[in-house]
Amino acid sequence: MTSPASAPSIAWLRRQSRWSVFEVVFWLATLLPFYFFPTYLPLASQVAITALFAISVDLILGYAGIITLGHAMFFGVGAYAAGILSARWGWGEPISGLLFAAGVAALVGFVASFLIVRVQHLALLMVTLGLGFLTLELANAMTWLTGGTDGLRGVSTWSIFNRYRFDLWGYTAYSYSLAVLFIGFLISRRIVNSSFGLSLRGIRENLRRMPAIGAEPRRHLRKIYTISAALAGVAGALLTQTTNTVVLDVMSFQRSADVVVMLILGGTGRLYGAIIGAVIFLLVRDQVAGLNPQYWYFWIGLLLMAVVLFMPRGILGGLTRLIGKRDA
Amino acid sequence: MIGNIAIVLFDGLAFGMLLFVLSVGLSVTLGLMNFINLAHGAFGMLGGYVAIVAMRQFGSPFLLALAAAFIVTALVSIVFERTLFRRLYRAGELNQVLFTIGLVFVSAAAATYVFGTGQQPIILPDWLRGSVDIGGTRFGIYRIFLIVMALIITALLVFGLERTRLGARIRASVDNQRAAQGLGLDVDKIFAITFAVGSGLAGLGGAMAIEIVGLDPSFGFHFLVYVLIIVAVGGLGSITGSFVGAALLGIGDVAGKYFVPEIGSFLIYLLLVAILLVRPMGLFGKR
Repeated sequence: MTSPASAPSIAWLRRQSRWSVFEVVFWLATLLPFYFFPTYLPLASQVAITALFAISVDLILGYAGIITLGHAMFFGVGAYAAGILSARWGWGEPISGLLFAAGVAALVGFVASFLIVRVQHLALLMVTLGLGFLTLELANAMTWLTGGTDGLRGVSTWSIFNRYRFDLWGYTAYSYSLAVLFIGFLISRRIVNSSFGLSLRGIRENLRRMPAIGAEPRRHLRKIYTISAALAGVAGALLTQTTNTVVLDVMSFQRSADVVVMLILGGTGRLYGAIIGAVIFLLVRDQVAGLNPQYWYFWIGLLLMAVVLFMPRGILGGLTRLIGKRDA
Repeated sequence: MIGNIAIVLFDGLAFGMLLFVLSVGLSVTLGLMNFINLAHGAFGMLGGYVAIVAMRQFGSPFLLALAAAFIVTALVSIVFERTLFRRLYRAGELNQVLFTIGLVFVSAAAATYVFGTGQQPIILPDWLRGSVDIGGTRFGIYRIFLIVMALIITALLVFGLERTRLGARIRASVDNQRAAQGLGLDVDKIFAITFAVGSGLAGLGGAMAIEIVGLDPSFGFHFLVYVLIIVAVGGLGSITGSFVGAALLGIGDVAGKYFVPEIGSFLIYLLLVAILLVRPMGLFGKR
């Protein structure tokens, strides 16, 4: 175990984790769709789910520096876990479904984490990519369990706390997704502002120097990878429960790539970057895809190149620099 | 049964040789500059479209179209390298991955804009069509052509790298860039040349691939995965590695789809992960 941290460093961590006015305003703003854009509630709950997924990737990519091109596998594992629990085993209670999905995804993540920490650079990229495709092919082949390319049908989600039914307009879906996103955010916020979170940043900055100051990078990385997998699984389960269907697409490479794109747009290594990135990505896609779906990726590609060249810290990072605030 | 195995081996080898031409450039440039260029497949796509345009608009013969694919792609890639990519050599792998993925997106959309989403057919000259009968098994002439081309290219590459002055410089830069620079080699220029040749080969591969796998705007993405597997498995900067990796992947892919269609692609990825776990630097990688 690590020795108790000294008083000034604890005070520093406390100061870092204090809530700012911006954050309070931000979370109040998430309630706006209920009053001003009720027709967009289904989209809003998609955004909340994707934001949670993006946060899970930010934990490993932004904080721990593990580049992944296959994180949709955990999103998909969670989605299928919740779906199979309901469609095959007849248990549709949402909260326990989420926990079940988190558990299954965490288990898969834990096993995968032993492979992930062994490799770096291109090999790491390829192992995440390979594992992603591996799970996709597996889900595709196990038609009896997952429904294969036809998708998993017959998912039915019961009312939350036996009271709030999932309605057609998405009131319950958005409230539910938003609540889970908020809880997931609080957990992640606690993690990144802890001494554990600091060690992760240390690993990201210099993997070789960490053992010299007494940290065990591999154990830390395994831990955060498992946590991140569980969060991604919860996001996937949310998608299953709010749409009552699972398609193979939940595990696609596209989803893995999209979420990294969102992170970069928003800014890696900051939780709000993940959320803002998801919001911008999905809102813009909703608008642009209506005009000419074929060229949506042209603009995303152009935006990516521009962000890498001119705003390496993402949109949020660029804004912070403009305002002149020291970044957290 | 023997005939089946022979034809699967043959088709697999031909496919593998195609993949080799597509991927060898990336292997060398990755080894040289550590620049993860996911847009390599997009250069392949460019080569394919150049060949199509050369044959359709200018009525050039097939072999000339292949040469055009090589030259135009090499020239375009050198422009990209000098203006954009070189800014990212020190930018960290995440930025390289994202920038080049962005480029793939843009190129796919551009190809859709110019050529539409449909498959582009190519008309082969008569002497490349049909098949020859050897011992009761029919071998496609175009596939024999692919294998011969790949062997010629391999021979040229090996000769170029092992026997010429430029090759010695490239090998020196791959082994130790700093020391090479210290000895007065212009690593910058060497890299630009290598990059152009590597991308040109991708373009050539893209043009040769049309007959086998077709050509549409998703080409850059579709082959990216294959190309990356070969580079990762073969090891960076190793022509032998790319050759063996490509042959293995080509035969494995065709055999898997032929004998166990349900789990064929599953096995490929399983093998990829397994190989990388045992040898993170690839089968023939040094560093």
